[in-house]
Amino acid sequence: MAIDRTGTPLVEMENMCISFGGIRAVDDVSVNLWPGEVVGLLGHNGAGKSTLIKMLSGAYHADRGTIRINGEEAHIHNPRDARRYNIETIYQTLALADNLNASANLFLGRELVTATGLVDDARMEAETARIMARLNPNFRKFRDPVSALSGGQRQSVAIARAVYFNARILIMDEPTAALGPHETQMVSELIEELKRQGIGIFLISHDIHDVMKLCDRASVMKNGQLVGTVDVAKVTDDDLLGMIILGKHPGQHAAA
Amino acid sequence: MAETTGAGAAPKRGFLKALEIDTRLLGMIGAFIAVCLVFNLMTDGRFLTARNIFNLTIQTVSVAIMATGMVFVIVTRHIDLSVGSLLATCSAVMAMMQTRWLPDMLGLEIGHPLLPWLSILSGLAVGGAIGAFNGWLVGYLTIPAFIVTLGGLLVWRNVAWYMTSGQTIGPLDPTYVAFGGINGTLGPAASWVVGLAATAVGVFALVSARRAKVGHGQPVKPLWAEVVLAALIAAAILGFVAILNAYDIPSARLARIFEARGETMPEGYTEGYGIPYSVLLLIFIAIVMTVTAQRTRLGRYIFATGGNPDAAELSGINTRLLTVKIFAIMGVLCALAGMVASARLANHSNDIGTLDELRVIAAAVIGGTALSGGIGTIYGAILGALIMQSLQSGMAMVGVDAPFQNIVVGAVLVLAVLIDIIYRKRTGAS
Repeated sequence: MAIDRTGTPLVEMENMCISFGGIRAVDDVSVNLWPGEVVGLLGHNGAGKSTLIKMLSGAYHADRGTIRINGEEAHIHNPRDARRYNIETIYQTLALADNLNASANLFLGRELVTATGLVDDARMEAETARIMARLNPNFRKFRDPVSALSGGQRQSVAIARAVYFNARILIMDEPTAALGPHETQMVSELIEELKRQGIGIFLISHDIHDVMKLCDRASVMKNGQLVGTVDVAKVTDDDLLGMIILGKHPGQHAAA
Repeated sequence: MAETTGAGAAPKRGFLKALEIDTRLLGMIGAFIAVCLVFNLMTDGRFLTARNIFNLTIQTVSVAIMATGMVFVIVTRHIDLSVGSLLATCSAVMAMMQTRWLPDMLGLEIGHPLLPWLSILSGLAVGGAIGAFNGWLVGYLTIPAFIVTLGGLLVWRNVAWYMTSGQTIGPLDPTYVAFGGINGTLGPAASWVVGLAATAVGVFALVSARRAKVGHGQPVKPLWAEVVLAALIAAAILGFVAILNAYDIPSARLARIFEARGETMPEGYTEGYGIPYSVLLLIFIAIVMTVTAQRTRLGRYIFATGGNPDAAELSGINTRLLTVKIFAIMGVLCALAGMVASARLANHSNDIGTLDELRVIAAAVIGGTALSGGIGTIYGAILGALIMQSLQSGMAMVGVDAPFQNIVVGAVLVLAVLIDIIYRKRTGAS
């Protein structure tokens, strides 16, 4: 499916910079994302891809750079700000409170309340059952703390949390790292469905095959800098590997 | 032998499972009953008299009030070592207010009806402010709670000393003293009304919880189990009221009460104490804290932060402000505990609340609050406080020397944590 890149991008991150203790974790990186598009972020551990994306999700605050959502400058200082722009994140660590059950985690920070202002656990559980029926029909453990769930079940709780609140921009940090083949397939199908709904997705991954299969474009980072952004349909696995390992843009061949 | 226990255990487990009572709660109740029975045997039946149960109850209130707040503090992976000293500061403020500062500054005479209430309000404000300050140091300046409150242990103990010049402040206002326990009770008739009302609320809560579950198509326990549970609740509440009512006010004191009213006491007249106001206060606090823990966003965020602080932060929870709120609640509860403690003694003494931090932390931990965070209950902490107080009073009644009493209490705390660790490993709970 072709992506219409003529209109305003959903997300523009321009000249993003952030340093930690004198080390430039992200150095003047610009990426963008159109509706219905999946952009892969590739690179070694420590290349800066998670750090870059945490400036969009509100976990970090950029030293320099501009973020625009639908063409308008967005000020994201914390995760609450990001949620206001309908940015949802599935963290690699999943960010679940292990002592709480699935619905308490799904609604964490956005609890449904009764008329008297008390948390409405019955309604939250019913809503959790509704979205889980769509994402992971085999899910049954609604009452147990999530520490009692398998890796795949925990992942589906984290995904449900991001999808339930009508995200327009979704960030997935290694969404399939802990999953078996069947569950990985389910995540792929979900991504296809979300694309059709016009949601833009940043997908952080180590796995070139995942990126080749799921993404429309790929941005490769190395040592905190952007190597380049390529159209996935126009490059090979080897081209991407060259970018990741050598920091070499495939376009450099053509120029040479 | 092994076969008999095995055969006996199986249906029993089914019975308890149907009731859906937490095994940990059962364990604590079992330990409490065992402590009571052993001391009752060793004191030839003096431990389980109405008089001793009444005294045990009013002695537990102060520590139990603080233990409910300590649950929130420990659940969020913090600790508060300053609660005993904070209690002393609040108690000193309340005592000085009603005996010196308010009479001097506002010209209110001793005995003025506003004195106790203004004093209590100032105590609560000071407790809340100091607690919030502690929370700010921990949450915003990121100083470990252990250090902040270890410092506070010394600071607030001596602020209290400085305010009172180390003197015992008293006598305190009679209305204020009514919150201490023995000097303020409901009387038998009103106690029965409260007991029956509490039973009705308990049964109503069971019925409405069952209706809500049926309404959402969730499984419910068998009807007989609900009936047994309701009967247990009624028996516990009404039995407790009966015991408190059975402790008679000494006749000399009754005679004084009649005299004060300008009447003469009829020959052979007796009257029970009934429920002390301090116990009503504890029950009220327990209900508010339990609802906060289980049914409010604040409670949800406290447990989420304890379970995974990073996840809580990423979910948009302001964990720094949350820390301030938790320590502020702890401070207000220290003030209430200080009010009960000084009212019970009818004066403020310089050493009030000394070592209470140990008792409060022990009560919360014995009551099942995990030091690793994320797990704890309010009722558990209150039961923990009751167990600690029973041990201490029981040993005193048996005639155990003071040093050995403290040695046993310290050892029990360590042992309780060990049992807790083993329990969690066995049940696989984190």
